[in-house]
Amino acid sequence: MDDKTLIARRVALELKDGDLVNLGIGLPTMVAQYLPVGIDVSFQSENGIVGMQALPVGATPSADLTDAGGAPIGALPGAFAFDSAMSFGLIRGGHLDVTVLGGLQVDELGQLANWMVPGKMVPGMGGAMDLVSGAKRVIVAMTHTAKGQPKILKRCTLPLTSIRSVDLIVTEMAVIRTTPEGLVLCEVAPGVTVDQVLAATQAHLIVTDDVSVMSVAA
Amino acid sequence: MSKSTTIQEAVDRIPDGAVLMIGGFMGCGSPNSLIDELVRQDKKDLTVIANDTARPGVGIGKLISAKLVKKVIASHIGTNPETQAQMIAGSLEVDLVPQGTLAERVRAAGFGLGAVVTPTGVGTVVEDGKRTIDIGGRTFLVELPISADFALVNAKRADYRGNLSYAFTARNFNPLIAMAAAVVIAEAEDIVPVGSIEPDSVITPHVVVDYLVAKEKDNG
Repeated sequence: MDDKTLIARRVALELKDGDLVNLGIGLPTMVAQYLPVGIDVSFQSENGIVGMQALPVGATPSADLTDAGGAPIGALPGAFAFDSAMSFGLIRGGHLDVTVLGGLQVDELGQLANWMVPGKMVPGMGGAMDLVSGAKRVIVAMTHTAKGQPKILKRCTLPLTSIRSVDLIVTEMAVIRTTPEGLVLCEVAPGVTVDQVLAATQAHLIVTDDVSVMSVAA
Repeated sequence: MSKSTTIQEAVDRIPDGAVLMIGGFMGCGSPNSLIDELVRQDKKDLTVIANDTARPGVGIGKLISAKLVKKVIASHIGTNPETQAQMIAGSLEVDLVPQGTLAERVRAAGFGLGAVVTPTGVGTVVEDGKRTIDIGGRTFLVELPISADFALVNAKRADYRGNLSYAFTARNFNPLIAMAAAVVIAEAEDIVPVGSIEPDSVITPHVVVDYLVAKEKDNG
């Protein structure tokens, strides 16, 4: 199993029956493929639909129905469409149960940076600032390091997405929970040791006797 | 009064230097016939307020590629390398706004509000130069309305009076910008007799639409 699949399968276990969920473009989108059987989740695409699904195999794409990356999608029975103000009303107004986003950096305060690298990459924040500020639960799904360098730092050096702390960080090495006391190492991936996680992490991690091996969705 | 006009006549009314709101999200739900005509008429020094600049050769990306835009106010430009290249070269000014905040700033203008206060962006670079306000123990940013000279709206259906309905995610910013500009030009895929769109299905009422054009059939 490659790193991204492992991360997506672990994040999928965080979704609960009845949740309204927004998945970011890229790795987070993969989470939808691994939703456990019996869990009925509504997926929002912030460009204006709740009840999106992957474009069914063999279906003709509609130019009027895309995800936030502009790729064609399908709509499930019971889906509803709306404008961008309503979309962010759902996000900012406390109606969105979970958002899953990628990350460039996360720090000991649980603060996320994921929208720009000054002088190198200035794509814009899109909906990320609203999602992190507004969702009930924020899950960061990202690789643990970038080019061998830690992404979980004492303090973010890149511009923040929000000052609000995220709730959970899932990487191919570990599951880390944010708490008022700091970052707590909860799980390590199969075959990964606690020491390996600590070596790949700049931030201080609180390690208890309860660290377990990461389980993943089928 | 008939609002029907041709694509060419509608765009004739837009001067160089105009401030345009344009509907669409990554090209989905953009008024592509009006965009093509802006390029054909070589309208210059435009300010474009939109969610994004799509990709090169797609939707609003065509205006960027033709170098007709001097300023963009958008939430995301990452999918259009030409926008980023012109920004880095200094020929294009880009003002990045969080997507939900952009929607609310446009809505505020169209709904007659003096400002919106939002938690989004507090403590980030988005806060720079802005006022904050504490309400109920939380800090919010004071974000000001954005209006425009023209709104270029894309609709699925319009009736002859200009009532508009939309399809799926092609709705996005279109109903918001239709409220927030001095002149509203709507481009519709289908133009149908008055009464064909049920009152409950009208999302943008005809009273805010000034001109109505039919989308060119080969231009989805």
